[in-house]
This record gives sequence, C-alpha cells and structure tokens, in this order.
Amino acid sequence: MMRIEIVKRPQHSALFSALSPFIALFLTLIAGAILFSILGKNPISALYSYFVEPLTEVWSIHELLVKAAPLILIAVGLSVCFLSNNWNIGAEGQFIAGGIAGSILPVVFPDFQGWYVLPIMLLLGMAGGMAYATIPAFLKVRFNTNEILTSLMLVYVAQLFLDWLVRGPWRNPQGYNFPETVQFSDSAILPAIWPDSGRAHWGFALAIIAAVVVWFMLSRTLNGFEIKVLGRSSRAGRFAGFSAGRLTFFAFLVSGALAGLAGIAEVSGAVGQLRTSISPGYGFTAIIVAFLGRLNPLGIIAAGLVLALSYLGGEAAQISLGISEKSARIFQGIILFFVLASDSLIYYRIRIVSRLSDTALKGA
Amino acid sequence: MTMFEAILLTVATAATPLLIAALGELVVERSGVLNLGVEGMMVMGAVTGFAVAQYTGSAWLGMFAAILAGAAFSLLFGFLTLTLITNQVATGLALTLLGLGASAMIGESFVGLPGVRMDSLYIQGLTDIPYVGKVLFGQDPIFYISILLTIGVAWFLFRTRAGLTLRAVGDNHTSAHALGVPVVRIRYLAVIFGGACAGLAGAQLSLVYVPQWVENMTSGRGWIALALVVFASWRPWRILAGAYLFGAVTIGQLHAQALGIGVPSQFMSSLPYLATIIVLVLISRNKRLTLMNTPTSLGKPFVPDR
Repeated sequence: MMRIEIVKRPQHSALFSALSPFIALFLTLIAGAILFSILGKNPISALYSYFVEPLTEVWSIHELLVKAAPLILIAVGLSVCFLSNNWNIGAEGQFIAGGIAGSILPVVFPDFQGWYVLPIMLLLGMAGGMAYATIPAFLKVRFNTNEILTSLMLVYVAQLFLDWLVRGPWRNPQGYNFPETVQFSDSAILPAIWPDSGRAHWGFALAIIAAVVVWFMLSRTLNGFEIKVLGRSSRAGRFAGFSAGRLTFFAFLVSGALAGLAGIAEVSGAVGQLRTSISPGYGFTAIIVAFLGRLNPLGIIAAGLVLALSYLGGEAAQISLGISEKSARIFQGIILFFVLASDSLIYYRIRIVSRLSDTALKGA
Repeated sequence: MTMFEAILLTVATAATPLLIAALGELVVERSGVLNLGVEGMMVMGAVTGFAVAQYTGSAWLGMFAAILAGAAFSLLFGFLTLTLITNQVATGLALTLLGLGASAMIGESFVGLPGVRMDSLYIQGLTDIPYVGKVLFGQDPIFYISILLTIGVAWFLFRTRAGLTLRAVGDNHTSAHALGVPVVRIRYLAVIFGGACAGLAGAQLSLVYVPQWVENMTSGRGWIALALVVFASWRPWRILAGAYLFGAVTIGQLHAQALGIGVPSQFMSSLPYLATIIVLVLISRNKRLTLMNTPTSLGKPFVPDR
C-alpha cells in the first residue's frame, strides 16, 4: 500500500516558488497528450498544432495579443484582490459593465466625434467596472456578506442586462433586427498598434502598463505591503493599524477598474460594437491567469500569453484536427489544477511512503 | 389538474435540484470543507446523466451514472485540498471551471437531441385524489429522493454518533485529531457525498426538469445552492424551506414572463440571482449569528502532525 504524506517545510521553498508554474505547464502538456491519445489523435502533432502552430504566423501572433490583453488586465486586478484575501470572482460581470459604460458615447451620441472620444470611453469603462465592483465590496464591508457569491451572481445579472440592451433600446435600427448596436465610428475605435500586419490593438499596451504599475505598487509601496500583510493575517494587519474594510474597497475598485478597462478595450478595439456576448469567459479564465502568474503582475503577463495561446490552440485544433475548440476550456481548467497542486510543493514536502516500511519502522 | 396543483408541481421541480445540491454541500461544509465546485460537479452530473440515458435508453441508469460522475469528480477536489492541502476556494473554482469546460466538450454532440425523460410516479387511486394526489403521489422519483435525503441528512447530522463526529471535525479539526478521529478520512467521505448529491442534482436537470442537454445548463444553480447553505445557517430543514422559496421565485418570474406584464424578460430572469444577493445580505447582516452557526474550521487547511 502506498500513502502520500505531507510534511510542512520549516521555510517555504524558493526553488519551488520559481519552478511551480513550469511544473504545472509541463504536467498540463502531459495530460494534454494523454487526452489527445484517448481521442485517437497523434499526441505530438496535436500538441504541435495546439501550442506551436499559432506562433508561426504574424497575423496569429496579433490574435494572441488581442486575447492576452483582456486576460492580463483582468488578472492584474484580481491579483490585488486575491493577495488581500478578497475573492472577487465576478470580473466577468465587471468586464461587461465596463464594456457597456464605455459604449454610451459611441452608441447614444454617435455624432459626438473627436480625439477626446476614446479617452472618455476608456475612463467611462473603468468607472463602469469600478461601480459594479463596488457592490460586492460594499456588501462585504457593511453587511459581512460573502463576496464570492455576490460577485458571481452579479455576472449573471450583467449578462442579462447586456442582452436586454442590445436587443432593446441600443439595438441598431438599421441592423436588420440583429441583436447588435451600431458600428462604432472611427474616433471610437481603439486603433491597432501595427495596422499593416494585424489586429493587435493598444489594449495590449494598456495591459502591460497596468501590470507594471500594479507590480510597482505591490512590491515598492506601503500600500502594497498593507495588502500582503492583511492578506496573510488580518490580525497582524489590525495591530499594524491597517483597515481591512478600506483595503477591501481598494482591492475591488482596482480590479473592477481594470476589468472595466479590459471590457471597453475589447469592445472598442476587437469587436467594434456591442453584442449579446462580448467575452468568451475572459473574466473566469483570468482567475487561472492570476494563479499561473503566481499573483505577481509581471508573471501574469507571461501567464496571460500562455492562456491566450490556449484559446488560439483550440481554434487551430478544431480546424486542423477536428477536435472541438471547447477542448481549450479543459486545458485551462487542468492548468489551474496543476498550478494549485504544484504550489503545495512550496510549503509542503510531499513523501510517498509505503505502509510496509512504515510498520517495519514502528516494529524496529 | 387544477392551476394550484400545476404551480406546486413546477415549484417542486425547480426546487429539487437546489435542495439536493445544497444538502450535499451542507454535509461537506459541516465537516469543515468549503467546496465551491458544486456548479462544476452538477453540470458534469447533468451531461453524464443525459449521455448514459441516451445510450442505454434508461433514465435510471443515467441517474446512477450521474451520481457516480459527481462523486468521482469531487475526488479530484478532495485529493487536492485534503491530501495536497491546496487552497479550498481556488480549488473549488478550478473544479467549476473544469466541469463547465469538460461538460461542454462531452455534450457537444448531444445539443438539440431529444432526451430521455424520467417517468413520474403513478399509483392508481392515490395519484387521482383531487388537489393533493399529483403533488403527493404523482411526481418524479428524484423529488421523493430529495425529501428522503433531507430527512436522512437531518437525522444523520443531529441524531447519530457519526454525525456528531463529522460536526466535531468541522468545528475543531485539531481537537478532533487529538482525540484520534480520522479527520482527513471523514472529510473525504463528506466531499464524495457532496459530489454524489451534486451529480444527482445535475441529473434531475437533464432527465426531469428539461430532458435535453444545453451547454452550461446549470446556469448558476450550483452557486445558488452554495448560497442556500449560508441562508439556512447550515441546517437541513431550512435548506428545504430556502430551496422551495427559490423554486417559487424562479417559477413566479417564468409565469410573469408568460403573462407579459411589460417588464423585459431579461429583468425577470435576473430575479433569482438578485434574490440570492438580497437573501445573503439579510442573513449575514447579523454578524454574531453567522459566526455562531458557521462551522469554525470551515475552509481552513488541516495538516495532521505526526
């Protein structure tokens, strides 16, 4: 009989701290190979078309950046939440709220044009995401309500509200009854970075800036210290004079603003109008990105690119292998499992002992 | 059948999956483990139940397969949180994300197919009693299972020694461990029970409620079940009351939509979610009461010292 035994390390392991994301990715690839074999595909060529092929063409790298932008923006905000022990899992709703608020200008006032339109849209998007994130924060601080459940419930509400908007009051009157708003005018479109070669828009640059700013805040300022102290031990934080309630608001506002920014950047940079669905679950996938990046904004940039690749790989695998693109979501789920499991190695030593030697020891 | 009877029946059908999933999670949380993967286990149960019923033609086999699928899927959560001591919140989320993704892929070929419906009970004479016959003696088997389950869980938790031990583990795992109680083993069993219940709740959706497969067909019911456990302050009979309250809200808004009362359907559809938030606020507002009822070790990692 084999048994797994966990022993707490006296100190957390710096080695595994750095290695754990790579161990997780490696294990995911192995699990993927097994999955493809079960589906009757050659695992090597399947993994190649999943994770390498999308990187061999320029337009495809543009698509990678398009998908990575929202993931990084949202995950950077989530890292502030998760580090401070605020479980905001409603980023998908804040993303939608940002997309809606930022679209007010181009949809309701399409004649309003000029260079200032885009900055106002981005600010409105951030404000929208922020406002929506305030709800679970307020309920948590004021009424002690579990933020996991409230933030998640608000995702469904936001999705239904968006559905109503684009089928009802915001539907394009010349749109043959399609549930879509008008196409945004040029001054409301977030431009492409290198328009000659592909679609990647400035949202990706915003994501990098956000990651660097939040990284600086977390690692070099008192505010960042406060987040980490309160996140690890609310008691120690209270003795230091930090306020958990204030921090909850701060964390939710930051992550709401970034999710909202991601929403309007996606709508104005990648889609160009509002539709009934503006996200393939970015708000949830970003949770995986945040953990794969070990809640470090710079790590999150890399993790965002990896998860973006899984979306592209899914599309590529559907075309070249005939595997459903939904396989990407299985990959994403498996990654998170392996990340969490490998993170255990940082704090615990894992030993596999056989019952036999155990009893032999006791007998001796 | 009278209008009153019809409404009661639909409310029961809407409440049953919430009731079963919440009862399972109640036992899990009473043992001190927070499994946020209910939605994922439920949707895996739904797709497995549908698939097996589809291939075998038997809704009963589908139901048993769904229970097994939910239990097996919960083991993944159990292994990570109990053996590898990962963060329970994050691991539960991972289970939900994986379940939604995996079920979408498994179920892709079932979209649009007519499903196998589980037959309702019919007892000559009894089912035909006016007003109450259909409600008491004419429902689907899973409804009766849900009621028996409520009685069983209430009896187990508060009337048996094993239930007392399970609650002790949830309230103070260190003391329980010191007394020689196998904390990890008990938690594994609780997690598996929770998974089996979630799987059964999923099967109710794809075999009784709407006998077909739709991607993400649980649409947040697993999360509402989690909220119900808090709402019920970890007590089985209150879960029954809460589930029927939510069933009534769901059915009420559907009837209101059908009547066309001039409110956009999307607003009506968001009512169950808003109701969940409101109910959570009302119940958690009293901080002392919540603290008193919450299992003390809930969500805390347990590393046995040797």
